[in-house]
Amino acid sequence: MTPAAVLLSLCYLLSAVLFILCLRGLSGPESARRGLVLGELGMLIAVVGTLLHKDIVRYDWILAGLVIGSTIGVAISAWIPMTKMPERIALSHSFGGLASALVGVAEYLREVEHLTPFKMGALGFETFLGFLTFTGSVMAFGKLSGLVRGAPVTWKGQNVINIGLFLGALVAIGCLVFNREASHVFFGVAGTGLALGVMAVLPIGGADMPVVISLLNSYAGLAACATGFALNSQILIICGALDGSSGLLLSILMSKAMNRSFTNVLFGAFGQTPDAAAAVAGAAETRPFNEATVEDAASVLKASQSVIVIPGYGMAVSQAQHAVRDLAAALEKRGANVRYAIHPVAGRMPGHMNVLLAEANVSYDRLFDLDAINDDFGHTDAVLVVGANDVVNPAAKNDSSSPIYGMPVFNVEQSRSVLVLKRSMKAGFSGVENELFYQSNTMMVLGDAKKTLLALVAEVRDG
Amino acid sequence: MTTDWVFNLYVFVLATFVGYQVISRVPPLLHTPLMSGTNAISGISLVASLLAAGTNHRLSQILGFVAVTCATINVVGGFLITDRMLRMFHKKPSPLAAKSAPARAGADS
Repeated sequence: MTPAAVLLSLCYLLSAVLFILCLRGLSGPESARRGLVLGELGMLIAVVGTLLHKDIVRYDWILAGLVIGSTIGVAISAWIPMTKMPERIALSHSFGGLASALVGVAEYLREVEHLTPFKMGALGFETFLGFLTFTGSVMAFGKLSGLVRGAPVTWKGQNVINIGLFLGALVAIGCLVFNREASHVFFGVAGTGLALGVMAVLPIGGADMPVVISLLNSYAGLAACATGFALNSQILIICGALDGSSGLLLSILMSKAMNRSFTNVLFGAFGQTPDAAAAVAGAAETRPFNEATVEDAASVLKASQSVIVIPGYGMAVSQAQHAVRDLAAALEKRGANVRYAIHPVAGRMPGHMNVLLAEANVSYDRLFDLDAINDDFGHTDAVLVVGANDVVNPAAKNDSSSPIYGMPVFNVEQSRSVLVLKRSMKAGFSGVENELFYQSNTMMVLGDAKKTLLALVAEVRDG
Repeated sequence: MTTDWVFNLYVFVLATFVGYQVISRVPPLLHTPLMSGTNAISGISLVASLLAAGTNHRLSQILGFVAVTCATINVVGGFLITDRMLRMFHKKPSPLAAKSAPARAGADS
């Protein structure tokens, strides 16, 4: 190793340490921003160090990429609204996947004569995983943004085809190890990755997006790892491993929060029995429920000393987080104790609700996890459900035939009264009917959540 | 040469272990910043993209250029947006000072 190469390796080591410290900072909101600065420093060291690498002989393309990328990066992060964060995350996974895949293709084209069998295998995996992450994330982005229909798309033999494609890619990578010159096989692997990404995300519905986004996060990390193995670059392996383990951990947490296994999410259960769900929904529409006016709801809230707000994806859709904060402030002014109960899978990605409420300036010590608050519903005067559905469905606890049976949910029905803000009486994303809406102590306030909340704020302030 | 991959496997396994330990301490409150933060960090594939774009091989330059662009978007955008999110997390003094409870009305249901 030349002295320059040793120095570069030491730079990478320092970067790796800084990245780990950056993630450690995220263990609390106070230390997180300081940690992030360390991460930025690590990245700067790694990039500047690499630019001095002896293998880099020209800078024109590099400079163009850096300038264009920075411009787009700054623009996206400055203008994207917080409600669009799941879309942003999905898009960035697709960029990460694409970068890994293209590096893999470039490396293959340049080095094909000198590839060792191991490096060939690593390049194959890198390209396959990279392209899979790319199209999978683009599909997830399409579903989240409504460009692609969000409902699960399923057909017969889907899982067999997907597993077949996956095994086919593995076999093809195996062939490449023994015959690296077979470029048509290499591009076949790339194409399979592209196809499988689309096919794998098609059958997954909107409510399962938190798991899918986490899984794609993990794939993007694995693709970066494979790049590291192919290029013998430890910093890539370390960062890929950090990203991969973070994605994996989040996917496990999300699956647990829905009481579903990985395979269950990937190979689809929701949407498999649309007829049954539709039948239940159809029958239920005529059932009586308490429809309340804003005035009724406001009088209940005004009489409540302890209120728990349960936000869901509906809050993000109607961008109601600021109105929620205003209502909470008005109630607190009257002496009520207002807290927020956040379910791990509320929204479309891990932590979605927390970010939205933080944006609305809600103090983070008012936000409580499922376990932290679930025993308090029994002595709560009013629960305000804002656009959440499955996470407050008692069927998850007492109806073993329900598709969401076993999912940990809030004990909302134990509180003295429940106010549900909902667009209409239609069943939620999973198509599962919710008993809570027909209980005697539940008041349904139908309409756009934001408008209802603003009207409630006015009522509470006046009274 | 054969020992390279064993060494790299060591690095991979140990980094995964450290990652799992560190990340399991991140509270659900910060899971979205965690995702965008790890996303920025995994933009380290920029390092590999730079090497692909900086060669004299024509096709590699072009592919590398696209890769550099994508990875830079993730690095720059990822760090900026994570910071933007983290800036929003505030802890305010508890509003429970006012304890005067209004009279409870009967159950409204």
